[in-house]
Amino acid sequence: MTHTVNAVETLEEKLTEELGLNDHFHDHHHGDKFQSNFLTHYVFSTDHKMISRQFLITGIFWAFIGAAMSVIFRLQLGFPEADMAWLRPLLGKWIMVNEAGIGKLDPEFYYALVTMHGTIIVFFVLTAGLSGTFSNLLIPLQIGARDMASPLLNAMSYWFFFLAGVIMFLSLFLSTGPFSGGWTAYPPLSALPQAADGSGTGMTLWIAGMAMFIVSSLLGGINYITTVLNMRTKGMSLWRMPMTIWAFFVTAILGVLSFPVLFSGVLLLMFDRSMGTSFYLSEIVVGGQVLDRIGGSPVLYQHLFWFLGHPEVYIIILPAMGIVSEVLSVNARKPIFGYRAMVFSILAIGFLSFIVWAHHMFMSGVNPFISNFFVVFTLIIAVPSAVKVFNWISTIYGSNFRFNSPSLFAIGFVSMFISGGLTGIFLGNSAIDIQLHDTYFVVAHFHIVMGVAAFFGMFAGVYHWFPKMFGRFMNETLGKIHFWGTMIGAYAIFWPMHYTGMAGVPRRYYDMGASFDAFKHFTDLNKFITVAAIVVFFLQIVFIINFFYSIFSGKKVTVKNPWGATTLEWTTPIEAGHGNWPGNIPAVQRWAYDYGKDGEEFIPQYVPLKAGEKDHGH
Amino acid sequence: MNTTTTSSYSSNKIHPLKLTLWVGIGSIIMMFASLTSAFVVRRAAGNWYEFKLPDLFFINTLVLLLSSITLQMSYKAFKRSAAVPYRRWMVATFILGWLFVLLQYQGWMLMTAAGATFTINPSSSFIYLISGVHAAHVLGGIVALVVAMVFAFRLPVKPTPRRLMRFELVLQYWHFVDILWIYLIIFFALYL
Repeated sequence: MTHTVNAVETLEEKLTEELGLNDHFHDHHHGDKFQSNFLTHYVFSTDHKMISRQFLITGIFWAFIGAAMSVIFRLQLGFPEADMAWLRPLLGKWIMVNEAGIGKLDPEFYYALVTMHGTIIVFFVLTAGLSGTFSNLLIPLQIGARDMASPLLNAMSYWFFFLAGVIMFLSLFLSTGPFSGGWTAYPPLSALPQAADGSGTGMTLWIAGMAMFIVSSLLGGINYITTVLNMRTKGMSLWRMPMTIWAFFVTAILGVLSFPVLFSGVLLLMFDRSMGTSFYLSEIVVGGQVLDRIGGSPVLYQHLFWFLGHPEVYIIILPAMGIVSEVLSVNARKPIFGYRAMVFSILAIGFLSFIVWAHHMFMSGVNPFISNFFVVFTLIIAVPSAVKVFNWISTIYGSNFRFNSPSLFAIGFVSMFISGGLTGIFLGNSAIDIQLHDTYFVVAHFHIVMGVAAFFGMFAGVYHWFPKMFGRFMNETLGKIHFWGTMIGAYAIFWPMHYTGMAGVPRRYYDMGASFDAFKHFTDLNKFITVAAIVVFFLQIVFIINFFYSIFSGKKVTVKNPWGATTLEWTTPIEAGHGNWPGNIPAVQRWAYDYGKDGEEFIPQYVPLKAGEKDHGH
Repeated sequence: MNTTTTSSYSSNKIHPLKLTLWVGIGSIIMMFASLTSAFVVRRAAGNWYEFKLPDLFFINTLVLLLSSITLQMSYKAFKRSAAVPYRRWMVATFILGWLFVLLQYQGWMLMTAAGATFTINPSSSFIYLISGVHAAHVLGGIVALVVAMVFAFRLPVKPTPRRLMRFELVLQYWHFVDILWIYLIIFFALYL
């Protein structure tokens, strides 16, 4: 079968035909390979665009569960006296009903909820859901590749993630409950099956699920790195790549280097749990019985965990940073300010993220002199972070800014990143950390800087690339309601936590008002936080409704490039098939940010340089 | 047509699958780096039983080293389409690979018999665990080798670029687990 070229109509098609990279994609007959049925098209697909949608929808499923959990434990924290018997149909025996008919949340299950909320949001939503969705969608489309370097590994990455999800989901239904020792799974609670209800089968399933998750992340990350380094189209030098690709690339490197370390840590944990070794366990008395383990060190686990754990927070935030850079630039109709500085700051953040892990362990008994080292490097991260914030603000400064759902969420991201980043400077000091460690100040800090901010980056990405993913637009009015409600609501939830945290209210406690006289005056504040959390939760349901409604009935995309962007993903057909471009792959002639240049609103990357014109990408 | 931009594109990049293997090897290196640094950190904390590593582990290093050489011989034979040495050296590698795993097992038995059991102290636990994870990677290499052997015996001996590349993937991985073991045995000799 030979491919017949349609009549050359537009400049873009003409240029792609003349200058594009002909990889003989249509010279040979693909036959049944891509003539797929329902199962191979929607389920066991190896097409990166379908895998991206699978990651996104699975991520939304997990985000809903993780958020619902937070609403339940916020109810307990805000209204500890309230009757929770109405939750019995959902939670069953975890609501203890007394003779008077008043239902109380089982404290054991409260811990399980907090633990699973963290695990789900950090790993399943903000790692797999964010990186998995946008790296898969944008890496091949923006660098000009037919698909990933290994589509099979890519599909396996999703299915390992799916399997991890199934295992973690099953653990929610155990009679002893899911794991309840905190998302960091510190031993001894995680290493001794008899330590707590959730430390038995719940922890076993947690480990199994996380092992599958690590495999999924590694397969995905290896693929992203190889694709970026190896599959770029003609003319797409590294310095012409959009910021998104740089961010996904560094994210993948961080994942490939740090997840194996978590795997080692979890491996030792497995042996401690089931084979009787004592890597992490030493002379412990459990339930009146002295354990026969000697000589282990729980701090060793913390080192291994946080060697992943700290890069992990950048695995979460870097893709959001990339998406925000791209969305801000497109909607400001201006080049991203300081492109090279942006790239180098991503690289600097990626490097520094590996040498700051012990700032999570200032109170774990590590040597205070070693802490000094980690304080210094932690505070240095503020420098590249500030460079990025400055450049985002400079990008939108003085621009004719288009305020739409994606760009609003991108601005929201910058706001959250500043607010949360500033409190990071407090927490990075080991002396101040003596007071603030494990208080609500920490909860406020990381929820704003990496939780809310990364979600905002994800929302910006979903609203911005929804036309590319589904060929339709999301509803703009609902999008703006979603943004303003979430923006105000998220600050309403997390801002007051700084005050409770500075007063010393510890995190993870089942009950912080009734049992502690010192914290009684926070009762009303806690109620306020809970009400705000419920409102924000329902606003996310607005987003979910908007998302699924728009897939089927949103306004149709009629032009290839609805946002007037320069990057290659908008040169594919609106409903791109397998291989992304029907003919040649467009060749890249310039960097990705030629907005408002030479009197033109934007110049796409496939347009050749004019005589004497200088390319910013070289 | 603008020549400055098109000339910046080069097609002599590394094969994607090979790069995939290298990045994967990078993550395996991180795993062993973390295990051995955990070993160092744990050792510094005290309460550490010292014992002598069985000599068998050192002798076994030669077995794995030899298997790397035989696989290289097989690859060279394949490149000049010499069917008999190609197949023979590959089978030799397969046997040496299994011999290595069996001798490692024997080494663990010797350790247990000498009192350095799996659970008695983190020092011995680490040796079993790290060498065990390494043996698992050798077994992974043997699986790849089985696929290569099926190719060697069922397909005509034709060194096409595609088949050479596939062979190189197995070869490089095999050399990697070999070098990894040399690192580990030196590490054990110095730090145990």
